Amino acid sequence: MAPSTISAALLIARKDLAIEFRTRTAFFSAAIFALLGIVIFYFAWDPTAVAPVDLAPGVLWGIFTFSGLLGLQRSFGIEQADRAIDSLLGAPIPRESIYLGKAIANLAFVVAVQLIAIPAVQLFYGVPLLEHAGTLAIIALLAAIGLVAVGTLFSAMAVNTKLAEMLLPVLSLPFFVPVVIPAAQATARLLAGRPTDELVGWLKLLIAFDIVFVAACTLAFPYTIEE
Amino acid sequence: MNSPASATPAYDATPPKSAGGIDWLFLIAVLAIAAALARVIYYTPFEAVQGPAQKIFYLHLPAALCAFMAFGVVALAGIGHLWLGDLRLDRAAESSAEVGVIFTTVVLITGPLWARPVWGTWWTWDARLTLTLFLWFIYVGYLVLRGAIDDRALRARYSAVLGILGSLLIPFIHLSVYLFRTLHPRPIVIKPSAPSLPPEMLTTLIISFVAFTLFYIALVRQRYRLAAERDLLELEEGR
Repeated sequence: MAPSTISAALLIARKDLAIEFRTRTAFFSAAIFALLGIVIFYFAWDPTAVAPVDLAPGVLWGIFTFSGLLGLQRSFGIEQADRAIDSLLGAPIPRESIYLGKAIANLAFVVAVQLIAIPAVQLFYGVPLLEHAGTLAIIALLAAIGLVAVGTLFSAMAVNTKLAEMLLPVLSLPFFVPVVIPAAQATARLLAGRPTDELVGWLKLLIAFDIVFVAACTLAFPYTIEE
Repeated sequence: MNSPASATPAYDATPPKSAGGIDWLFLIAVLAIAAALARVIYYTPFEAVQGPAQKIFYLHLPAALCAFMAFGVVALAGIGHLWLGDLRLDRAAESSAEVGVIFTTVVLITGPLWARPVWGTWWTWDARLTLTLFLWFIYVGYLVLRGAIDDRALRARYSAVLGILGSLLIPFIHLSVYLFRTLHPRPIVIKPSAPSLPPEMLTTLIISFVAFTLFYIALVRQRYRLAAERDLLELEEGR
């Protein structure tokens, strides 16, 4: 991949993050959504029957999935106003860098939500997530890459359909299954204090998913552009 | 990379053939299904342990194999469409996806009907059941996507992308749910060693599979004709 692809991608990511930083609308709603989800899930189970430590991994990954969708919906949605996407497409840069730039910005968005949600789960559920901060960060990052790779591509497709943002969850959620299952299982093993060996299989699955879908979605992206 | 859109012709010029008269392939396929069912019901022995419930297996497995075949066709036709930009391949993908969803629905209905008496539960989160359920979700999503795009060329390209990604997803869903313990019967027919099914049961299964495959081809052919006529109509209406 040419260095210009990467530098153009970083420029696009910076543009998106600058918009997000100045308005902060999507991030605040995603962060509040995550906190609300954490609180509501706690009351959806009987805490005397299900220990919070058993509940926390599922809640954490359920929340990341849905709050991630909030950010992904905006990703190509913001380019629809005044057909801003046309100037991006007209720019003398490879199509792949538009996808990678959007994906990098979305990754920053999801990671930022994780940075708020993980301490919140530790606080509200009383589980020692931050004691395993290093390993948890690896799981969270690998899973976030997978979610974002697929979600960014589907976001680009969904905005050009009649259903628009309604379509994104329908398309994305089946693809999130092989990300959420390993991530939640690995987090659960981590919290249960299991040996690291038990995590390796799940982490390998996440890495394989990331490699396959980052490559496939980057290749597929040029076909999703409406001229 | 060159703009892939420019490689996509608006419509292929060849007008689709008229679908008038009797569809002999469809008739043969229906008769084959009837014959296979007759053999299943009257000429195949009961399984010793499971009794009559086991006979649903002769519908369940062929339907599952045809569904996999259908989704394979969706992915291959999608690759072909992105490569050649031929709308005929997109119509093939569209037809195959729809028929595949029907066969997956058959699998999801016959499975629980068998599982209730044999396993004692309608549903369980077994690896293969979960995979089948997600196959159904992916390709129902595929059909929803198709319905949500008016532009014919764009619909074809997006569907191809989703069809290809869907086929890449299947091994990952399989692996991630397989790491949960599985309750589904071990493979008894499609496995490295010889099938461990009594000969008369295996014959019934093969007959049933051939009948289902014929039925799949006949349905896709019908559906393809419909898609071709619709494309022609849209072209004439100048949409």
